[in-house]
Amino acid sequence: MTASAFTSPPVVEVKNVSITFPGVKALDTVSFRLFQGEVHTLMGENGAGKSTLIKALTGVYKIDSGAIIVAGQERNFSGTAAAQEAGISTVYQEVNLCTNLTIGENVMLGHEVRGPFGINWRRTHAAAKVALDKLGLGHLDPRAPLNSISLAMQQLVAISRAMVTKSKVLILDEPTSSLDAQEVENLFRVMRRLRDEGVAILFVSHFLDQVYAISDRLTVLRNGQLVGEYMTRDLDRSELIAKMIGKDLDALKSLGSNRAAYHRPPEAAPLLTVRGLSRKGSIDSTDLDLHHGEVVGFAGLLGSGRTELARLLYGADRADVGDLTLDGKPLHLTSASAGLANRIAFSTENRRDEGIIGDLTVRENMILAVQAKRGWFRPLSRKEQDAIVSKYMAELNVRPADPERPIRTLSGGNQQKVLLGRWLATDPKLLILDEPTRGIDVGAKAEIQERVAQLAGEGVSVVFISSELEEVVRLSERIFVLKDHRLIATIDNGADVTADTIVGIIAAEEHAA
Amino acid sequence: MSENPNRPLAALQTLVRSQFFWGIVAILVLLLLNVIRDPGYLGVRVNPNTGNLSGNVIDILRAAAPILMIAVGMVLVIATSGIDLSVGSVMAVSGAVSMELLRALNGPNSVGVTIVTVLAALAVSTLLGLLNGVLVAYVGLQPFITTLVMMLAGRGLAKVITNGQNTTGKSESFSWIANGTVVGLPVIFLLAVIVVVLVALIVRRTALGLMIESIGINPQASRLAGIRPNGLLLTVYGASGLLAGIAGIFVTANTMTVDVTRTGNQMELDAILAVVIGGTSLAGGKFAIGGAAVGALLIATLDKTVVFLGVPASATPAFKATVIVVLCLLQSQRVRALFRRRRAQIQAQPDSVTAVSTEAEGVVR
Repeated sequence: MTASAFTSPPVVEVKNVSITFPGVKALDTVSFRLFQGEVHTLMGENGAGKSTLIKALTGVYKIDSGAIIVAGQERNFSGTAAAQEAGISTVYQEVNLCTNLTIGENVMLGHEVRGPFGINWRRTHAAAKVALDKLGLGHLDPRAPLNSISLAMQQLVAISRAMVTKSKVLILDEPTSSLDAQEVENLFRVMRRLRDEGVAILFVSHFLDQVYAISDRLTVLRNGQLVGEYMTRDLDRSELIAKMIGKDLDALKSLGSNRAAYHRPPEAAPLLTVRGLSRKGSIDSTDLDLHHGEVVGFAGLLGSGRTELARLLYGADRADVGDLTLDGKPLHLTSASAGLANRIAFSTENRRDEGIIGDLTVRENMILAVQAKRGWFRPLSRKEQDAIVSKYMAELNVRPADPERPIRTLSGGNQQKVLLGRWLATDPKLLILDEPTRGIDVGAKAEIQERVAQLAGEGVSVVFISSELEEVVRLSERIFVLKDHRLIATIDNGADVTADTIVGIIAAEEHAA
Repeated sequence: MSENPNRPLAALQTLVRSQFFWGIVAILVLLLLNVIRDPGYLGVRVNPNTGNLSGNVIDILRAAAPILMIAVGMVLVIATSGIDLSVGSVMAVSGAVSMELLRALNGPNSVGVTIVTVLAALAVSTLLGLLNGVLVAYVGLQPFITTLVMMLAGRGLAKVITNGQNTTGKSESFSWIANGTVVGLPVIFLLAVIVVVLVALIVRRTALGLMIESIGINPQASRLAGIRPNGLLLTVYGASGLLAGIAGIFVTANTMTVDVTRTGNQMELDAILAVVIGGTSLAGGKFAIGGAAVGALLIATLDKTVVFLGVPASATPAFKATVIVVLCLLQSQRVRALFRRRRAQIQAQPDSVTAVSTEAEGVVR
């Protein structure tokens, strides 16, 4: 324990808390302190116990032993509502707001201003305006529908909703995973403002840069146990990573600078040629070629058209016009199953809504695409299923290694690995990965990146999409830069290409436009 | 409670946690009520001349047959997060087609006539089911609205077919379906069991069940995984129509009369209840055919018990509702959690946290 600069008693103190799930000790005598006016980051790999600790704090899980002390009182929350009453509010990764209500209604939901004739909507919206103003969001119109603003803004609205209850503690669970740099900066401005007002903020993020930019202190968890509590300024990044994964930096070598250099594709015809592909509202007319055995990165900000283009290449959405040729034969992608039948695979960025089938087991989730390709009347035998499942669970290091568990009980990173297994099992020629490393820990990230490089080596054409430009630069041989629903540049990767190069291209266009 | 906390038998615990356990308990309790009223209730007599079994239990099995059919169809539809309100009306159509054909073909002793009749009735029923499927899958109407319309239209169609009459048919072999026996057991029940097993095998030995569950849980993700939901929905609604057609034949063969206003009337509610009692969520997803079968048997037992105990006709719906509400409460995760907490308090020793299994495990699959 190095943190001694905090003299006042902590707002939240967790003392030797344990939580056991069948077969797993999710938290093992973990202690944790959160002080007024600090941003405290909870660090750890997937399955380290971060989410469990947050859920214990917010009353979702019951603790088996230990104590949770809030503002000097031992508390045993019966649910999130009780936690909220005690001043602990949470904003989750996926925004939990009602998109069809107005911004003001969302902010004030459950706290509407009442008059003699029921809810006084005028005053409710005025109160919402005040709450938004406090976070520097005065430019938002509380009467505008929530879905008229960007996801990032919605997240800030969610925070101001949390602050309406005069929370003393704000928990932000991976709020930045779908935000671009500018939006993250906005969020941090709001966080700093709240911190200076004395709110205690518990922050969870996988982006090290962000962690170092915003947090005052860190608590590191590993395998459900406390590793330690540190002042951010006392701990450098490599030390932090080593503490998170519990081994030396060797494991992270693969994350180093073994960047893919562009080697001009052989004279062989491209795997996929795309001419004039477009769909109204998603992507303007696009031409591109993808070759066997190369990794192509799609770079661009959120909403640039990178996901939309990827969906068209799989058949998840139907293009308005465009000619596609796969291995010299014309390709008509009328549906996702057509993409699958042509050995194209697409792993979505929206794991929860478009990826996993939550109640089905890991095994069932993994074999689903192969089974769909065969049709329902030709079932995979249990032996074939087990062969697929054991192969990819071992190769991708899925934990826990129990194929009969419902997939929703796995951590995000492991769900992602199962989905990757689902697509690899279909033996794709073209594999499109949309944000495969979002919200997952360093170790799993390295494993997935390694696997992508390996696949390209085996001749698979991989499209790699990530909002982490460094990752795109590291992995891709060619980078397609998208902006405002257009493909604006194609870069051959090389020693002089960095994330800044791409940022430069996107920014330069800004001035021209 | 039959669970003994001092000797936790894993098998027993799985059974107790399985969603339809309380359905089985409820059947036993109802039978017990009947036995208290008449100690000879469970007695099964063998007719010395024909070798046929008879008795109250046999009557219950007979009555359960049509409910089994529509419950099995309903469980598949509900698993896709749909609903089929038209099964009762489809039963009436199937009955109407059967009786009109039997009368028109007029071959009371011809097995051929019966076969033609059965095939025609099933074909019409399947067609109505497929129509539901087309409207839900390809047109994109809501299942509730689609099948509600079909419920009204089907009843109307039955009346048109019989000109509003309650048609009576004559056929030895057709009547045998409901009234005949094989090795002493009623043909109707044996047929029902065969159909249920057949459906269970088709669904669980192919990937049909997995895909139905998949689209019921997360349609968007299923589509991206390459599953084409339209064909599946068509199959499922078609199957529900076909099974309702069988149920219609069962019911009309019993009296050899179709009552166009009462045949199959409100049977869709019995089917939905059977599915819910069997532990399948109305939200779709994981389903249990075995559970739906238990539910259907319970509803049949309940119907017979109400009559046997002499519950006044006016109070019958209330009695039925009470039993079902109690059952649903016993199955609810919250009420179960409450019981568990009470028990843990009484024992005053930290019991290891048991996961609340939301899946009906050990179900036919």
